Amino acid sequence: MITQNSRPMSPHVQIYRLPLTALISITHRMTGVILAFGALLMVWILTSVAAGPESYAAVQGHLTAWYGQLVLFGFTFALYFHFCHGIRHLFWDIGWGFELEIADRNAILTLVFAAALTLVTWLVALMAG
Amino acid sequence: MNDLRTPLARAKGLGTAKEGVGHWWTQRLSSLLLIPLVLWFGFTVASLPQASHTELTAWISSPPVTVALVLLILTVFYHAQQGLQVVIEDYVSTHWQRTAAIILVSFLCLLLAVIGVIAVLRIALGG
Repeated sequence: MITQNSRPMSPHVQIYRLPLTALISITHRMTGVILAFGALLMVWILTSVAAGPESYAAVQGHLTAWYGQLVLFGFTFALYFHFCHGIRHLFWDIGWGFELEIADRNAILTLVFAAALTLVTWLVALMAG
Repeated sequence: MNDLRTPLARAKGLGTAKEGVGHWWTQRLSSLLLIPLVLWFGFTVASLPQASHTELTAWISSPPVTVALVLLILTVFYHAQQGLQVVIEDYVSTHWQRTAAIILVSFLCLLLAVIGVIAVLRIALGG
């Protein structure tokens, strides 16, 4: 005899669509790892400045090229995403923001703030340059 | 004294080292410090995109910037080491590989932090 099991089933991983909060959670991790390479880039630029004008000019040539700008833009967004979601983590640490509706809303806020900070930073860069 | 430990645990005499939340807590401290540093870094660096070597050297040499940059480098690599360690602990299941990866990442972070700080100091003090 087959017994009807009405208990909730665990999500089937292959067909389970990750909710936004989960996607953002794993993105936080990925941006963290990516930013470690961003820190490496920062050190590389600083050593080139310390080494003198010629070596800095070579690095600057890469940074101002289209691919360099693309990488810098990516790092900027990764930095601000990790920044915003990190602040969200700090709010969780003081026990705030666990309710489902607030968590969903804050997931979107994280993306909005990260995008806004990225755009403002690049606007500042474009106006200064 | 009301001791809830098992006889074996009592015989071994090993208790908690009271450092269970150490990693968690210092990660929060570095996060807090990085909030103002990242905002400062993002927006000031954005305002000097085409800086010549002379301009950049002058900027780094101003004492508040030197201090902020050194602070940023130290905090970033400390925070990176802590974060990468957790990622390794979560995804590398073979014990010796996990330990080796954590050691490697920790040493690399330390090395890069030292290289970064020395570069800033060379720029600021070297002239």
